[in-house]
Amino acid sequence: MAYLELDRVAKQFGAQTVVDDFSLAVRKGEFISFLGPSGCGKTTTLQMIAGFLDPTRGAIRLEGKDLTAIHPAKRGLGIVFQSYALFPHMTAAENVAFGLEMRNVPRAERAERVRAALAMVGLAGFEDRHPRRMSGGQQQRVALARALVIKPSVLLLDEPLSNLDAKLREEMQIELRQIQRTIGTTTILVTHDQNEAMSLSDRIVVMSQGKIEQIGTPQETYEKPASAFVSQFLGKTNDFAAAVDRTATPARVTAGSWSAPAPAGLSGPVTVSIRPERIGFGDAGLSAKIVTRIFQGNHWLFQCDSECGPAIVIRQNDGKAQPAEGEAVRLAWRPEDMSVRARALA
Amino acid sequence: MSAVAEERSARAPWALTAPALMLFVGVLLIPLAMTVMLSFHDWGQYKGIEPVFILKNWHEIATDPYYAEMFWRTFRIAILTTLLTALLGAPEAYILNRMSGRWKSFFLLVILGPLLISVVARTLGWALLFGGNNGLVNKLLMSLGVMRSPIPFMFTETGMIIALAHVMMPFMVLSVWAALQRLDPQIENAAMSLGAGPATIIRRIIMPQIMPGVLSGAIIVFSLSASAFATPAIIGGRRLKVAATLAYDEFLNTLNWPLGAAVATLLLVALVLIVVGSNALIERRYAEVFR
Repeated sequence: MAYLELDRVAKQFGAQTVVDDFSLAVRKGEFISFLGPSGCGKTTTLQMIAGFLDPTRGAIRLEGKDLTAIHPAKRGLGIVFQSYALFPHMTAAENVAFGLEMRNVPRAERAERVRAALAMVGLAGFEDRHPRRMSGGQQQRVALARALVIKPSVLLLDEPLSNLDAKLREEMQIELRQIQRTIGTTTILVTHDQNEAMSLSDRIVVMSQGKIEQIGTPQETYEKPASAFVSQFLGKTNDFAAAVDRTATPARVTAGSWSAPAPAGLSGPVTVSIRPERIGFGDAGLSAKIVTRIFQGNHWLFQCDSECGPAIVIRQNDGKAQPAEGEAVRLAWRPEDMSVRARALA
Repeated sequence: MSAVAEERSARAPWALTAPALMLFVGVLLIPLAMTVMLSFHDWGQYKGIEPVFILKNWHEIATDPYYAEMFWRTFRIAILTTLLTALLGAPEAYILNRMSGRWKSFFLLVILGPLLISVVARTLGWALLFGGNNGLVNKLLMSLGVMRSPIPFMFTETGMIIALAHVMMPFMVLSVWAALQRLDPQIENAAMSLGAGPATIIRRIIMPQIMPGVLSGAIIVFSLSASAFATPAIIGGRRLKVAATLAYDEFLNTLNWPLGAAVATLLLVALVLIVVGSNALIERRYAEVFR
C-alpha cells in the first residue's frame, strides 16, 4: 500500500491552475524527486504536502489518513527550505533542538538527540556556532539535522542544494543519499537540476506546466522519455522527423537515408528520439556533415548538419581516430536505443 | 606613481569633503562650542551676560531640585513615549508586513503620511480635540452627559506622552519594518513545520529577530522625544515644562542665556551618553542577529 498518496491534487490561484491532476503513490522509504523547470508547480505541490498551501481539489493521504485535515504544525514532516530558514538568533544546537522542544522531549534526551543529529551530518563540535558564522554548506547541514531530528514521517527538500557551489553540491548529493539510505526516511526532493534528480532518486516525477509528464526510475525517464518535453529536459537529445511505412513487410521507420524495422502500434509521421551518446559513425545511415568538433576530455562532442536537421553526437574518447570538421559521415544507431513517438502533422 | 601624484591623491579626499566639512563646522561645531562656553558665563538682571568663567549655572542646576525635577520629567516622558510606540508600533509593523500588495502600500502611506505634516499642526490637532471645554471630543462627551468636566489631557504628562507617541510612531514602525524585511520569508513556515504554534512563533522566532529593530527605533524615538520642543510646548505649555521648553524660556523669556545654555548642554550630553551607551549594549547583545 502507498505510504504517501496524492490523489488528483490540483491547485488554483484565481483563474490560474498551477498544479493539475497530480496523482502519485510514494512507497515507504522511497526517494522521489519532483523535477521540472521553474514555474512547473513542483514547489507548490511540496507546499501542499507540507500544509503551507491547501489544495483546491484532490486528497493527500499519509498512511491512509487525510493529511489536509491536519494543521501543518501537527503533520510531523521534516522540511529543508531553499534558503534553509535557520533561526539566526539561535546556535546550531538550539536550531536543531527547537523541534524537540516543541514536542516536549525531556532535556537530557533532547541534548543527546541533538548531538547525534549534528554528528550524523558531520557537524560535531559546531553546536555553539550561530548560523551566520557558518558556511552555506554547514548551514545546509544544520537545516538537514533540524528536519531529521524530529524523526519525520516524510522529509521534504525544497531545492536544498541550489545555493551551493558545484563541487559542494556533488559532495552533499552523495552525503544526502547516504543519510537517507541509512535512516530510511521517505523523502521528496524538489529540484530543477536533472543531474541531482537522477543521482539521488529512486523515482523521478517530471513536471511541466502543472502536469506530470512522466513518473519513472531515473533510467526509465532518461532512456524511454514519455514525451518530447521529458527527452529535452533530461539531458541532450536528437529529435528526427521520420515516417512509419506500414505497407512494407515488415513495416519500416525511415528518417532520411536511415531506416529500421518499425516498432508496433505506430504509423504515419513520427518523431525518432535518440541520445547523442547512442549514435555512432557507420557506413550506412543518416548522412551528415560535421560542423564543429569539441574535445571535452573524456569524450568528443560533434555538432552535425544532417539531412534531418541539426544533430549532436557524443563519442567516448577511447583513443581511436575521430572524424574531422567538415567530413561527411553516416549516423547510425540501434533501433532499441531510440524512442519513437507519434508526430502531429503541422 | 610619482611622489607628487601620490601626495595629490592623498589630499584629494580632503579637498572633496572640504565644502561639506566647512558647512558642518560652521553651522554645527562652532555654535555648539559657543553654547558650551556660554554656559560658563555669568548673568545678572541688570548687568546682562558677562564673559567670565564661572560654574554658577552648573552649580545652580546641580543643587536646585527644580532642575532635577525638570530633567527627571523629561526622561520619564521620553521613556514612556518610547514604550508606548514600541508596544503599538512593533505589532503594527508586523501586521502591515503580513498584508498583501495594495493594502500594504496603502497603509504604509497612512503611517508615513503624517511625516509630511508639521509637528505643530499634528499636535494642535490633539489640542483641538481635547483642549479644555472647547475641545471637540470633550464637548461631545459633555453634551452627551458621559463626562462632567473635560478629559484631563492638556497640561498633563499623559497628554504629552500620547501626543508625542503619535508624532514619533512612524519612526518606530519604519525601524521595525526594516528589521522585518531582513527576516527569511520561510522562517515562520520552518518554525511551524517543527511544531510551533502562532504564539510560540511570535515569541520565540519573530520577536528575538526584530528586537534590534525595536531597540534602534526606541533610540530614535527616545532621543527625539527627550529633545522635542513643539509638542511639549503646545500640550504642556508653561505649566508643564521639560528640558527643551525650559531652555527656551531661559533664553527668550528670562533672557538668562548662560543658564539656558547650561540646560541645553546638559540635555545634549545626557542624551549622547544614553544613546551611545544603549547602542553599544544592543550591538553586543544582538551581534549575531545584526551580522
